[in-house]
Amino acid sequence: MPTAHSPRKLVLRLCLAGAALPLAGCDTLLLNAPGDVAAQQGDLIMIATWLMLLIIVPVIVVTLLFAWRYRASNRTATYKPDWDHSTQLELLIWAAPLLIIIALGAVTWITTHTLDPYRPLERIAADRPVPASTQPLVIEVVAMDWKWLFLYPEQNIAVVNELAAPVNRPIQFKITASSVMNSFYIPALAGQIYAMAGMETRLHAVMNQPGDYAGFSANYSGAGFSGMRFRFHGMSDADFDRWVQKAKTQGAALGRSEYLELERPSEREPVRYYSHVASGLYHAILNRCVDTTQTCMDQMMAIDAGLGHHAGHTSQAGH
Amino acid sequence: MNAIHPQPHWLFGRLSWDALPLHEPILVGTFAVVALVGLAVLAAITRYRLWGYLWREWFTSIDHKKIGIMYMVLGLVMLLRGFADAIMMRLQQVMAFGGSTGYLPPEHYDQIFTAHGVIMIFFVAMPLVTGLMNYIVPLQIGARDVAFPFLNNFSFWMTAGGAVLVMLSLFVGEFARTGWLAYPPLSGLAYSPDVGVDYYIWSLQIAGVGTLLSGINLIATIVKMRAPGMNLMKMPVFTWTALCTNVLIVAAFPVLTAVLAMLALDRYVGTHFFTNDLGGNPMMYVNLIWIWGHPEVYILILPAFGIFSEVVAAFSGKRLFGYASMVYATVVITILSYLVWLHHFFTMGSGASVNSFFGITTMIISIPTGAKIFNWLFTLYRGRIRFELPMLWTLGFMVTFVIGGMTGVLLAVPPADFVLHNSLFLVAHFHNVIIGGVLFGLFAGINYWFPKAFGFRLDAFWGKCSFWFWISGFYFGFMPLYVLGLMGVTRRLNHFDDPALQIWFQIAAFGAALIAIGIACMLIQFAVSFRRRHELRDVTGDPWHGRTLEWSTSSPPPAYNFAFTPVVHDNDAWHDMKQRGYERPVQGFNAIHMPKNTAAGVVLAGLSTLLGFALIWQMWLPAGVACAMLLIATIVHTFNYQRDFHIPAEEVSRTEQARTQQLATAHV
Repeated sequence: MPTAHSPRKLVLRLCLAGAALPLAGCDTLLLNAPGDVAAQQGDLIMIATWLMLLIIVPVIVVTLLFAWRYRASNRTATYKPDWDHSTQLELLIWAAPLLIIIALGAVTWITTHTLDPYRPLERIAADRPVPASTQPLVIEVVAMDWKWLFLYPEQNIAVVNELAAPVNRPIQFKITASSVMNSFYIPALAGQIYAMAGMETRLHAVMNQPGDYAGFSANYSGAGFSGMRFRFHGMSDADFDRWVQKAKTQGAALGRSEYLELERPSEREPVRYYSHVASGLYHAILNRCVDTTQTCMDQMMAIDAGLGHHAGHTSQAGH
Repeated sequence: MNAIHPQPHWLFGRLSWDALPLHEPILVGTFAVVALVGLAVLAAITRYRLWGYLWREWFTSIDHKKIGIMYMVLGLVMLLRGFADAIMMRLQQVMAFGGSTGYLPPEHYDQIFTAHGVIMIFFVAMPLVTGLMNYIVPLQIGARDVAFPFLNNFSFWMTAGGAVLVMLSLFVGEFARTGWLAYPPLSGLAYSPDVGVDYYIWSLQIAGVGTLLSGINLIATIVKMRAPGMNLMKMPVFTWTALCTNVLIVAAFPVLTAVLAMLALDRYVGTHFFTNDLGGNPMMYVNLIWIWGHPEVYILILPAFGIFSEVVAAFSGKRLFGYASMVYATVVITILSYLVWLHHFFTMGSGASVNSFFGITTMIISIPTGAKIFNWLFTLYRGRIRFELPMLWTLGFMVTFVIGGMTGVLLAVPPADFVLHNSLFLVAHFHNVIIGGVLFGLFAGINYWFPKAFGFRLDAFWGKCSFWFWISGFYFGFMPLYVLGLMGVTRRLNHFDDPALQIWFQIAAFGAALIAIGIACMLIQFAVSFRRRHELRDVTGDPWHGRTLEWSTSSPPPAYNFAFTPVVHDNDAWHDMKQRGYERPVQGFNAIHMPKNTAAGVVLAGLSTLLGFALIWQMWLPAGVACAMLLIATIVHTFNYQRDFHIPAEEVSRTEQARTQQLATAHV
């Protein structure tokens, strides 16, 4: 019977495929990320995978074993054509996945809250809580067609397609977009979050090792999407200060008209620094009123809500 | 309304000679090949005078079996198109490293990955699944046809009409460059002013009407037309999964219709449902489309689960283990599939509690799914397993699918999804469940029921070649994508900077080549089986020692399916009849009341497709005319009172006598 050896081939193939995963563990960034948040997310992937392998591996092995053992040509194997029910087995087959999911569900509930991107960081690394005096570095992120604009309100500088932050200092990203949806993602640092026009999303993260890391858009946004890449530099405090100084000395000012010029679609923009940022620019970008002929969204919503021009809170996605 | 384009022409709208992609050598070449092959097919049909036959016996047929086969042909043809897109993407990604930009410019590449997704889901998986349900369900429940036979024909042609529009976009204008779900604002007028998204909207709207009507049809069929004795808990598992799938279709597809209608309003009349400005909210589109989109994946996988349940019992020569828990698992999956959609956008800023809720509901689905896997496992236990083609696909599925299930549960953990969302890990995951689950299921089903539909089995040698190339191609093609995803590589990129990634894309491209050979083997399998049809002939009607009612009829079954409606006592009805020494009635036949063929389905769907085309190009005059004609044709059809006829008793008697003789030659 030519098919009788097929389960053996399956085993072989499976071993090959299975070998790919641990092999990949050596050079996969997501599983050994240098940023604390990404590292915790990577650990979670490993925990969840091992938990599920507890049930997946036996299922695969037993499938192949049964297929081989009860092949039609094996006349010594027991044959029970009318056996179709066993209460104990039924209990087992519902309970086994249930137990795994209870464990995984508990892990999910806890980690989803502790690793919520909106939640300010409580630790810089394992066993290193954030010192009470430390304020996070605020970076405002604008995804544009097809480049990234990063505003540093504390330093009053802005950069296109380059990001830098001191290591071991928590960073708070406020993220929006100028036109279509993108997703702001630095795999070495932390998980991604969408960048959407007229809305603000948030992300808290910290980088623990100095270095040069890749950042990009993880949501397709049109023709220039593949070129929406930037470098993220984790730096010592001194290096970061020097980097800020470089922006201050090399850059021009970023006002509303410069922003409107920058907003036009362009691809693979070189890194560009801005020494000053017009006040209220980020608020205007978020509320879609950099062009002063437009009414700001927060104003419009306030008018719609019958509050006149008094209230002026920014809108936020989620939360 | 549309400031970017000049005033549309009064007759041709936006359509002009510029819409033909004459500057794209790849498209011109494709067009030349398609035109030549198309002309050859048309010439052959004319040469052999087949037009009348095709029109009478197939296009206007309201026989569920013929409509089922037409669905399958549509799905397999579109599979070739969708797979050609896949090969082009693999080639681009393997080439475009460092200084090389590959061979596809972004505007072409972006259309290809959009078309690949749309075609594979809507015009490959859906027609194949619907085709099998159409063919098998009435036979499994002992019915003569579906509840609304004309509607069935109309549904098929609407699906085909949608497929025609997608194919047309290849040569006239362009397709969407938005990804397969066309998220606004990118798919809005401001960022996609050309016809691509309009092709997307109207092809899905037209096909969607067909899908929804076919869903209603099959629900009515299963609920109302079961043979006496077949209560719900005696229904074959495939029919159960078909029932649940069609409930999902009827509940989910109107959401898709509504969300696409709103997108169309944004694009055509300037509303602001999903724009960035004036109170529009693109996130609402994402929310709504996934309320349809998540049930959609269960619409595809549930019938596949049904097929595996039939196959595993038949080829283990055993009753299905845990029938009741199989049914409950199916129903639980059906309900839960509505409570998980938000897991597609954990990364859009929902709170931790909302994300956890949807993450955990998603994981809970793996419990009934796991129970199903165990049920198949214990069906193998103490069976007599014959490794025929359907069984090979089933075993391939059981091993492959659990890996995809595992990575799916992993993606349901929100903090893990934050790093894996939109990555190639995700791409690997859904191909793992759609190829390893849906497609393997469909191939198992095709190999299993082919002899029923055509009267001869499929060739085993080429079938095995196809199986081994497909399954090894799958592992080579998608395991590297898991690895790339864990390296932080996102999807839909047309260029890469890091040369270290290239090796993984090369392995994936090799996998795609293996799958191409697998598809070629399948086509050869069909051709070889047709040539060897006399050797592979099934005269018994029951070539696999089947257990359900479709195997009690001849292969292929007569137009009326059953001369006498069977009476059911057990959930393996045919096995039970064989056990109890069932004698086939050989006399006392009556005339059988049957529905009559009609051209109305072809006409209505043709006019709908014309209307869609006119709307895409903003040809308002032709659109108005097509709309009016559609209305008139519908009204005229309602006045057609000659919708049925009787197959005379003598003819039934002759058919059944021929079957008696056939069975005598088979010594059954």
